[in-house]
Amino acid sequence: MVRRWQSIISQLFLITGMAVLYNPVYAKDNQIDASNNQPTSLSEQRRAELKDLLLQDCGSCHGMTLKGGLGPALTPDVLHNKSRQMITVTITEGRPGTPMPPWKTILSEQEIHWLVETLYSGVTP
Amino acid sequence: MSRITRYLSLAVIYTLLPACATVRGTGDLGVVIERATGSIQIVDTTQHQLLKQVKGLGDLSHATVVYSRDERYAYVFGRDGGLTKIDILAGRIDKRIIQSGNSIGGAISQDGKLVAVSNYKPGGVKVFDSKTLELVADIPAGVGEQRSKVVGLVDAPGQRFVFSLYDTGEIWIADMSNKKPEITRYKDIGRLPYDGLITPDGRYYIAGLFGEDGLALLDLWHPEKGVKRILSNYGRGSKKMPVYKMPHLEGWAMTDDYAFLPAVGRNEVLVVNRRNWEHVTSIPVHGQPVFVMARPDGRQVWVNFAFPRNDTVQVIDTEPLKIIETLKPGKAVLHMEFTPRGEQVWVSARDAGKVTVYDTATLKVIATLPMEKPSGIFFTSRAHRIGL
Ligand code: HEC
Repeated sequence: MVRRWQSIISQLFLITGMAVLYNPVYAKDNQIDASNNQPTSLSEQRRAELKDLLLQDCGSCHGMTLKGGLGPALTPDVLHNKSRQMITVTITEGRPGTPMPPWKTILSEQEIHWLVETLYSGVTP
Repeated sequence: MSRITRYLSLAVIYTLLPACATVRGTGDLGVVIERATGSIQIVDTTQHQLLKQVKGLGDLSHATVVYSRDERYAYVFGRDGGLTKIDILAGRIDKRIIQSGNSIGGAISQDGKLVAVSNYKPGGVKVFDSKTLELVADIPAGVGEQRSKVVGLVDAPGQRFVFSLYDTGEIWIADMSNKKPEITRYKDIGRLPYDGLITPDGRYYIAGLFGEDGLALLDLWHPEKGVKRILSNYGRGSKKMPVYKMPHLEGWAMTDDYAFLPAVGRNEVLVVNRRNWEHVTSIPVHGQPVFVMARPDGRQVWVNFAFPRNDTVQVIDTEPLKIIETLKPGKAVLHMEFTPRGEQVWVSARDAGKVTVYDTATLKVIATLPMEKPSGIFFTSRAHRIGL
């Protein structure tokens, strides 16, 4: 079930991809929709924990407001022209040779996906 | 001064005194950072009391504090570039400036007249008059066009500041004896220095390296000899684990014989001989160490750990070099601070929303103080320690 929804969502992304490329305003709406309507099985409690992780534990290197620290800023204005795939891979695998650690042993694919969507749409403490 | 004027001025003082609410010293006071709310708590370590909350300090994630030499003013360095001077006796902000976009820590000069801040963005060090917070010197850090984030800023004897450049792998000394800072640069000290410390006697500056094995050591009695690598053979070949929180180096993790350092990417505390800087042993611990701090008498070392194993603190007896206790102060233990002579240690647990006070002789809890996401704890005795 979840699988099927995911493939539908990713197809939707493909279809709207062109619009995303050429129309940043539209892209933004699209992102918010995507994160809200996502057929997620993450409980509300888990999402609250993830938000906390983002602000506190990612925040320990990226700044608690994610405006940058030892690691670069992760705010929507700096992320909007970077590919989601690159960002997802960075979080999943880390960046060898830098302090950015891999999170795949701690977070599920779905949780990382949620983090990426949350980063692109902006998160407030 | 004639006798009469002396009596007169005494009379004036005594008539003024009752006007002040309380007259007290600050030697048993301190500041606890409440990182999420941009506030601090002024605490009393004798009474185990929260005296006053001071708000409006901006983004305090990773905030640190140094004290004026009269122990009355706390300088709080915020992540958002805020530098706030707090009168801890009056319990209010004395002065506050935003000095950069993104900063990481600071130091106060030997004579107490200068406060230096290390900045990530734009990378460099700014030096301020400790009284007025007016800019005294601006030291951009980097090689040519490339600016570097600055880490591990400490004060050193001789009115100097020492710091490391994360992006370009350098150690710089800024001598502030004269009006203009005089800079000595050491290049190629190793990849990605992430923090630095100075030994309590002010002689050795050590930078921890993230990008390669070992640490960089500079003898400030012989700066002409340059930077040398220590512990470079340690852990070579063995695979490091990913690091979920950067370790910190503090100058006070030293006993007579040993320096205790957090291993990067390993569940170990490194023990180093202080005479020749050679590796003595490694003590296996609960997780990756973040802070490794010696009780002022040197008999114990307390260690906290990186995410996700950060609900624990371990106590090492420095004679047998063994763990004697494992404590669970709560989720997300971020910092520890000893009282000046070490009979208590205060431990902050961010997610548990409290600071726990332990008796270091019995290792039992003697008080718990509820606070908003507490992180760094800084007692006024730091005012008189080199490098803190
Ligand atoms: C121990 C420190 C540390 C922690 C913790 C950390 N990061 Fe990073 N992160 C870094 C550093 C350093 C970089 C820059 C790596 C480089 O030089 O390319 C980075 C890079 C990134 C990037 C790439 C940004 C870009 O513009 O290319 C993303 C995305 C990222 N981190 C997300 C996260 C998330 C999400 C978390 C928490 C789940 C996290 N990081 C936790 C240190 C950290």
